[in-house]
Amino acid sequence: MAEFEFETEGVKKTFTFMNRKAPYGTIYALEVLETVLITAAFEQHANIVFVDDGVYQLKSGQDTAAINMKNFSPTYGIIEMEKEDADEDEDIDMNWRIIVEKESLEARGLTTDDFKVDVEVLSAAELADVIDASDCVIGG
Amino acid sequence: MLHTVNKSPFDRNSMETCLRLAKKGSAILLIEDGVIAAMQGTIQSANIENATDAFDVFVMGPDLKARGLSEDNLIDGVKVVDYSGFVDLVEERGSVNAWL
Repeated sequence: MAEFEFETEGVKKTFTFMNRKAPYGTIYALEVLETVLITAAFEQHANIVFVDDGVYQLKSGQDTAAINMKNFSPTYGIIEMEKEDADEDEDIDMNWRIIVEKESLEARGLTTDDFKVDVEVLSAAELADVIDASDCVIGG
Repeated sequence: MLHTVNKSPFDRNSMETCLRLAKKGSAILLIEDGVIAAMQGTIQSANIENATDAFDVFVMGPDLKARGLSEDNLIDGVKVVDYSGFVDLVEERGSVNAWL
């Protein structure tokens, strides 16, 4: 059995995660979330972006008990903690942004008060620049 | 950056959101059911008609063919590519954003 060694030392990229689906109806939201956490393990930069129905992933007060599915929304709190740790600790070279698109938010009658974590609200034009400047985009 | 859209604009808002969030000058490649967006004379046609100035818009020929859609009915300014053309776009445009 061959052993693989990954040459990741010193490799630093910016990943953008496009969350565009509401939670629970499909597996997209959960799968992207898992991938975001891997990004933390490898200490990479990340833009965790919520557009379209993806903004519903951040809604506070989710209670899935009656649909027999795991409520994974507390994990967004973990992401916020990771971000804050990275911001505060000079030894961690990891820049994370949690971004919501203004147009998607307004189209759904939501405000940042509806969310369980603090987010940056960017216009579509501002967000286009962020996406374009990233090294790798993970859709979902 | 190369943006790919693989959903029909009649089914999902993937193309609409791609057009809103893609930086001007990017390439957009319509693949799979996404090719439907490239056809003239639909109530969705205006979206791509208005996008060909700001973006380089491509459509996957084999996906058109598979669906019996003629290149003659493509919106003006949309360019047809095959699989090797897709590979060229990936190489030229650096990174890919797949709108699902």
